[in-house]
Amino acid sequence: MRVNFTVNGRKQEADDVWEGESLLYVLRERLGLPGSKNACEQGECGSCTVRLDGVPVCSCLVAAGQAEGREVVTVEGLADFAKNRACGGHDGEGKGGACGTTLQEAQGWSAKGTDSQTGEGGELSPIQQAFIDAGAVQCGFCTPGLLVAADEMLERNANPSDADIREALSGNLCRCTGYEKIMDAVRLAAARQSETASSQGV
Amino acid sequence: MADTRTTGVPANVTQGSQTKGGIGESTLRPDGTLKVTGEFAYSSDMWHEDMLWGQILRSTVAHAEIVSIDTSEALATSGVYAVLTYDDLPTDVKNYGLEIQDTPVLAHGKVRHHGEPVALVAADHPETARRAAAKIKVEYRELPVITDEASATAPDAILVHEGRDDHHAGHVPHPNIVHRQPIIRGNADEAAERADVIVKGEYTFGMQDQAFLGPESGLAVPSEDGGVDLYVATQWLHSDLKQIAPVLGLPEEKVRMTLSGVGGAFGGREDLSMQIHACLLALRTGKPVKIVYNRFESFFGHVHRHPAKLYYEHGATKDGKLTHMKCKIVLDGGAYASASPAVVGNASSLSVGPYVVDDVDIEAYALYTNNPPCGAMRGFGAVQACFAYEAQMDKVADELGMDRIAFRQLNAMEQGTIMPTGQVVDSPAPVAELLRRVKAMPMPPERQWEDSEGADVRQLPGGLSNTTHGEGVVRGVGYAVGIKNVGFSEGFDDYSTAKVRMEVIGGEPVVTVHTAMAEVGQGGVTVHAQIARTELGVGQVTIHPADTQVGSAGSTSASRQTYVTGGAVKNACELVREKVLEIGRRKLGTYHPAWATAELLLEGGKVVTDGGEVLADLADVLEDEVVEIEEEWRHRPTVAFDLKTGQGDGHVQYSFAAHRAVVEVDTELGLVKVVELACAQDVGKALNPLSVVGQIQGGTTQGLGVAVMEEIIVDPKTAKVRNPSFTDYLIPTILDTPTIPVDVLELADEHAPYGLRGIGEAPTLSSTPAVLAAIRNATGLALDRTPVRPEHLTGTVPA
Repeated sequence: MRVNFTVNGRKQEADDVWEGESLLYVLRERLGLPGSKNACEQGECGSCTVRLDGVPVCSCLVAAGQAEGREVVTVEGLADFAKNRACGGHDGEGKGGACGTTLQEAQGWSAKGTDSQTGEGGELSPIQQAFIDAGAVQCGFCTPGLLVAADEMLERNANPSDADIREALSGNLCRCTGYEKIMDAVRLAAARQSETASSQGV
Repeated sequence: MADTRTTGVPANVTQGSQTKGGIGESTLRPDGTLKVTGEFAYSSDMWHEDMLWGQILRSTVAHAEIVSIDTSEALATSGVYAVLTYDDLPTDVKNYGLEIQDTPVLAHGKVRHHGEPVALVAADHPETARRAAAKIKVEYRELPVITDEASATAPDAILVHEGRDDHHAGHVPHPNIVHRQPIIRGNADEAAERADVIVKGEYTFGMQDQAFLGPESGLAVPSEDGGVDLYVATQWLHSDLKQIAPVLGLPEEKVRMTLSGVGGAFGGREDLSMQIHACLLALRTGKPVKIVYNRFESFFGHVHRHPAKLYYEHGATKDGKLTHMKCKIVLDGGAYASASPAVVGNASSLSVGPYVVDDVDIEAYALYTNNPPCGAMRGFGAVQACFAYEAQMDKVADELGMDRIAFRQLNAMEQGTIMPTGQVVDSPAPVAELLRRVKAMPMPPERQWEDSEGADVRQLPGGLSNTTHGEGVVRGVGYAVGIKNVGFSEGFDDYSTAKVRMEVIGGEPVVTVHTAMAEVGQGGVTVHAQIARTELGVGQVTIHPADTQVGSAGSTSASRQTYVTGGAVKNACELVREKVLEIGRRKLGTYHPAWATAELLLEGGKVVTDGGEVLADLADVLEDEVVEIEEEWRHRPTVAFDLKTGQGDGHVQYSFAAHRAVVEVDTELGLVKVVELACAQDVGKALNPLSVVGQIQGGTTQGLGVAVMEEIIVDPKTAKVRNPSFTDYLIPTILDTPTIPVDVLELADEHAPYGLRGIGEAPTLSSTPAVLAAIRNATGLALDRTPVRPEHLTGTVPA
């Protein structure tokens, strides 16, 4: 079958999709977007978390056909998605990348001029930068799903308590960090977000 | 709590240089940006034009003769390119293994555990491959299963491996014992007569899984020269290569391995998984073949932590001094040897823990059974022992009426203590101090889940299941401390190799560091760049991808990489520095007498004297010359343990951590909430403090997991695995994991580069017994097994 949907603001068409394929498989193996991860493929680990019409879902549990006509945001589009939201273009319902930045452009920034020592120089979303700065990335396999989930939580709840963070991220397994640096990263992103908001008089 | 750090660096250890981003700084990961944007290429992300998907058919029974295999229907399936069985293996080498080559690439006539690889399929879609594999008809004639010590060592026991001729076969008491290591020192029986109290205990440790998140996966691409390029996630490229090439019938130079992104390891990638299978399919079909396990298969695709039975006896005098220790540690190695012999060596040599006990009678051995194969996992034999000896320490202290911490401190080892192996601990061993520090940390407030509006159930045992609002909830506190060795032991030639290159690009000096070290998430790549900056005074450092085009780095295991490959990078940098200064003296020596007379350093891209005077820019020294040096580096040698007495300087270095656990238990439902898990650890020198704390917190959490939830359940009647999924094998979520305050102590080991101490494993040891002690403290139950589950706390089943 053929599936048409929007990924990170860009129309995509996947052909010859077998009916049993998951959205995760189509993203990873047919659309060249392997950022969403395949740690369990049974909806337990959250490493494949994407936004589907704004709602965080395990893309391994979504049949590709269910994405027909819908909007998907993956970790590859997260920076643009967050930027778009920050510049006021986001209505809270997951119009990912609607600023018009193409995926190639979205990927372009990370390839250019990033200081490989510090991770500075690339254009990242606040939650992505906070994960790097706080040491929340080790092997990094859980990171894409956690970033999408944490970004969605901060969208809903700009000033989360620790218990709020833990509840929101309880569907995302991490085996390396013991979660402490992930907590630090989300707190850091929230703090930076509120600083930005107050400096802009929001 | 802030990470407090204490420095005790002796004068002979190099201090950090002036160059930014050197050792001791919390520089950020060089792969961080790629990992947060989804662009970091893990082994399961590999893709190649025209590639096929490989699938493995695994045994559905644990122990059986294979009567027949019929692949015809699978082969006839549209989209299938190849189906391979044992008969298709191209050479006489049909087994592999880390130390003992007892593991069949594909089963031959017999399967020895549930999930053993029997046949391979390559097809143009993973689902086609899966369905074709299901069409392969394997007829089994089932054999009785060996599942425990009694069935393994019975006089008439079926042998898991007939006709053993490995180097342990001659000295083991039974052919179903892989390796046995006794350690005898002093006279435990005589010393026992001095004891005022004697405490005996029997302990059970469950089978833990590494549960790394990135599944076993990789891509094999056949090349025109008849060889193969393999992109894979592993812990040791060169060890893989040595096992893969003979099975394929290829010289090692025709099997070119490149490390792709590794989604965690924790020991589970020391053994081969899909490497040979993907290469066989690629060479047979002439097409690139990708294999990606799903989580179900991953539980069968790698070895686990050895489950163990531990029998301990300690004695002590009234004044609190330990008199003796006797123990027997029985590890279940499962169907194949994997790392079992080395795990036995660790379990026995570290079985007494970080305590002074002069009279010991120790034995540890690993069984061959039909249970899942067990091998390396973070902590490697020391974890099981620590669980048991720390439970014993509490019991002995209680028996004596002493404070549990004070009792441990009274018996704590220190620098100069002699291990049961006769080895002298010749670097700092701050066991008593770590206990003091972890005890001194502020306690988390009582009933912190309660506020004016009532209870926030998210912070209570049972969480959002809303099982309690605080009624029936009891708090407990427990302590534990452990000892782990660092590096490969028992005489192993544990070297690493680094190639370091300095050149001028665009007018700036640039350094490239090339090693075969497997970056599995631990941050070795970060640290290598820091070392190069410190040693060579150059800010811009590139880390070359790890591959087999450079010498072996050894395994990313045993807390050894920062020590050994870090040491190799440091050493190669020092050699490059000498060469650069030589060039400088040759070209510029006549311009300034200091070139000949002063101690020269490289700092901030310049050659400077130790007095701080700048002699030249590195760019002007090198011009278009390139300095490149590849060199092996070794830590001081170790020796094998004597097979009868266990004596010998078998370990490189020791590493220590202590934990305090605070738990709250819903005693009615048996639900546990770990409220806080504080850790104090000596790291020698924190090359990257942020990464050090991350390692400690991660290791601590894996210890928590095996305390309260993680266990692979194997049916004792069939030896089949009952919970191979993340639905049924639970690992800690962010809700299960408490805050983990860390107190980092830095007491330099003068034998190690920069005084550092390998740190990755020690926190996994003491975390588990600390949590268990806290639950015992809350409930008053004996709890001699781990993990403890609700049924063990409510009295539904004894534990």
